[in-house]
Amino acid sequence: MGVKLVSQGEEVIAFINGDIDHHSASDIRKEIDAITEEKWPQLLKLDFSSVQFMDSSGIGLIMGRYKLMQRLGGKLLIVNIPSHIIRLIKLSGLSELGIIKREDETIDATHK
Amino acid sequence: MQPINEMKFEFISRSSNESFARATVAAFISQIDPTISELADIKTAVSEAVTNCIVHAYNNKFGTIYISVKIYENGRVIIKIRDKGCGIENIDKAMEPLFTTGGEERAGLGFAVMQSFMDNIKVISKPNKGTTVTLEKSIIPRIVKNG
Repeated sequence: MGVKLVSQGEEVIAFINGDIDHHSASDIRKEIDAITEEKWPQLLKLDFSSVQFMDSSGIGLIMGRYKLMQRLGGKLLIVNIPSHIIRLIKLSGLSELGIIKREDETIDATHK
Repeated sequence: MQPINEMKFEFISRSSNESFARATVAAFISQIDPTISELADIKTAVSEAVTNCIVHAYNNKFGTIYISVKIYENGRVIIKIRDKGCGIENIDKAMEPLFTTGGEERAGLGFAVMQSFMDNIKVISKPNKGTTVTLEKSIIPRIVKNG
């Protein structure tokens, strides 16, 4: 459970592992923010392939990182979203920000 | 109608109990053979309701959260999540998507998720007395799913 962080060049990748709920989200947030504010990457990638469970706390986590990257002048991308989380992502409206990438396609409003 | 099975449990409002609560409800409901997707829906809705108790009802002080689950003959499941916390002053407002009093990191989607992932949701609340959220979902019997 938790998050593994990899920094390479202009990119920070956060591999999130296990459950994202209100309890786990604050530790995940602190770890991601610490490295992001230190490295000022152009791209912050959140890899969701090992996320077993997520509730709306995960939406809050994504929104917060989106705002952080806007403030730092970089971009946020969410990759490898498992199918069981897609419904929640669509409900949240996050897909309209163009930051969600699933396999090879970017989910946008037209895929609703 | 009488339920064919039921259970109750209670726990203190520590955020580390969020995963315990949704896993316990899911384990009980597993006996009626839900699909992975039905179970994921229920776990998500329970997680939202329990988080509301911790973040809002008890406002990060410790209180008790009570959960009961009833299973009926036709696959109907009724889950009640109750607290004795501060209550909700304006339920309509609280249920509006994106409305939150929880700060920047909260999406304000808790009730929207419960509404979307369950068949029915009922909220009863009294300021300073507490809140009961009733979640309802019909688990489709496997024979019908396959048929």
